[in-house]
Amino acid sequence: MSNIPTELKYTKTDEWVLLGEDGVATVGITDFAQQQLGDMVYVELPEAGATIDAESECGVVESVKTASDLYMPVAGEITAANALLADQPEKINADPYGDGWIYKFRPADAGDLDTLLDAAAYQSKLDADDH
Amino acid sequence: MVDFSGWEMPIHYGSQIQEHHRVRNDVGMFDVSHMTVIDVEGQDAQAFLRYLLANDVARLKLPGKALYSCMLNAEGGVIDDLIVYFIDDGNYRMVVNAATREKDLEWITNQARAFAVSVDERPELAMIAVQGPNAEQKLSAVIDAGQHEKLQELKPFHALWMGPWFVARTGYTGEDGFEIILGAEQAVGLWKKLAAAGVAPVGLGARDTLRLEAGMNLYGTDMDETVTPLESGLAWTVAWEPAERDFIGRSALERQRRQKPRHKLTGLLLEDKGVLRNHQKVLIPGVGDGEITSGSFSPTLGKAIAFARVPAEAGSEASVEIRGRLLPVRLVKAPFVRHGKPCV
Repeated sequence: MSNIPTELKYTKTDEWVLLGEDGVATVGITDFAQQQLGDMVYVELPEAGATIDAESECGVVESVKTASDLYMPVAGEITAANALLADQPEKINADPYGDGWIYKFRPADAGDLDTLLDAAAYQSKLDADDH
Repeated sequence: MVDFSGWEMPIHYGSQIQEHHRVRNDVGMFDVSHMTVIDVEGQDAQAFLRYLLANDVARLKLPGKALYSCMLNAEGGVIDDLIVYFIDDGNYRMVVNAATREKDLEWITNQARAFAVSVDERPELAMIAVQGPNAEQKLSAVIDAGQHEKLQELKPFHALWMGPWFVARTGYTGEDGFEIILGAEQAVGLWKKLAAAGVAPVGLGARDTLRLEAGMNLYGTDMDETVTPLESGLAWTVAWEPAERDFIGRSALERQRRQKPRHKLTGLLLEDKGVLRNHQKVLIPGVGDGEITSGSFSPTLGKAIAFARVPAEAGSEASVEIRGRLLPVRLVKAPFVRHGKPCV
C-alpha cells in the first residue's frame, strides 16, 4: 500500500503538488511512483527561471530499472530545484513527500491547480490502473 | 513481478541496490528455476557435443568440470550460450536459457539424430543460486559437516553430487557462489532453510547489474543469431584447436576471423552523472556509430556502465547520445567488478 497524503494535489502522471502560502508550489513524485520505479540513481532537474507549459516534460528521474519523465502539473515558472538530489537521488525513495521533493514553481494561474486530482481521486486512479 | 519467458519472477524483493550490495559483500540467493536443464547421454555424447558446441568438451577431463560455450548456427550466429558439465563418460548436463528453451530443444534434438545419444529436458528440476563471498560459509547451515567439507574443496567451475542435489561452483555475479540443481519438490524447503540462515533473496534486477559489472553477456541483448562470438566479446570461448574438430558454424567463423570482424563488443564507462541504457547510440568520430546492448547503473562503482557493439577500429573514447545530448564515455575492457573490487 502506498501513502497518499490528503493535503496534497496529484497529477495523472504520479506527481504530487503542494501550494505554499507564498504562491509557490512544490512538486515531487508520489510514494506509489517511487515504489514502481525502484532505487533512484539520477535526477535531471529543471532550471530555475524556465517557463514551462502544463503537462510538458520538465525533467527526468532515473532508477536502476528505468527512466521516467517528469511533467509540469500546470503552466508556470520554475523557481528552485532540489540540489540535494544531485548527490542523493535516493532521498526520493526514502522520503518522497519530504526531503525527496524535486522542484518548486510559481503557477501562471494558481486557479489551474484546481484541475488536479485530490487524494481520493488519485487513489481511485491507482485502483483503476490496477484492474 | 514480471513475466519472464512464461515464468513469474520478481525484479526485486525490496531494494534492488541493497540486494546487489548484499551479493558483493555478503551473500544472497536467486530462484533461477526458469533455467532449462538438459541431460545428454549415450556413447556418442562427447562426439555430439564436440560437434554441437563452439567450445570443446574434450577439454573436460575431470568429472564435474564445467565449460561455458556458445551454440552456433551454420552462419556462426549465436543460438544460445550455455554451461555444460561433464558428469562422467557418456553423461553431460547442459544449462541453457529460459527464453530460448523451445528453439534450443528443437535444434539440439535435430542435430542429435546422427548420433547415439539421448537428449532429455529435466523440467522437474529447480535451481537455486547462492552467491557472494559468504556463500560457502552460509551453506554450512543447511548441509552436514561432511558435505560442507566437500563444498569447501570444490574448485570454481566444478560440480559434484550431494545426494540428489547437483551442486556447481558457478554463477552469474562475479562472486564466489554455488548453483544448486534439485527436485522442484525440495526447492521450497531449501529456500526456507537458507532464508532462516540469513541468506536474503535477490531479484532479476540485481541479477542483471551483478552480471553486467562482472562482464558477463546476456543472451538476447548482447548477442543473438545475427552476430557471432567474435563480434560479442566471446572469441575466448571458441576452441579453434584441434583444427580437425568440425563444429557447427566453424567455417563461417574461420572466414570471419580471416577477414577480421567489423564489430566488437566493448565495455563503456560514463564518468558524468546519468544512466546508460540499452539501444542508446554510441558515436565515435571518424570511425562510425555503435549501439549500447546492455546499459545500467553500477551500484559498486556508483557510475553508469554498459556493453556496446561498436566498429572494430574504435579506440578508447566515444560519446553516447542521451536525450539529445552527447556525453563522453570511456571504452574499457570488462569486467568492471570482480570479487567485490572495481577493475576499471
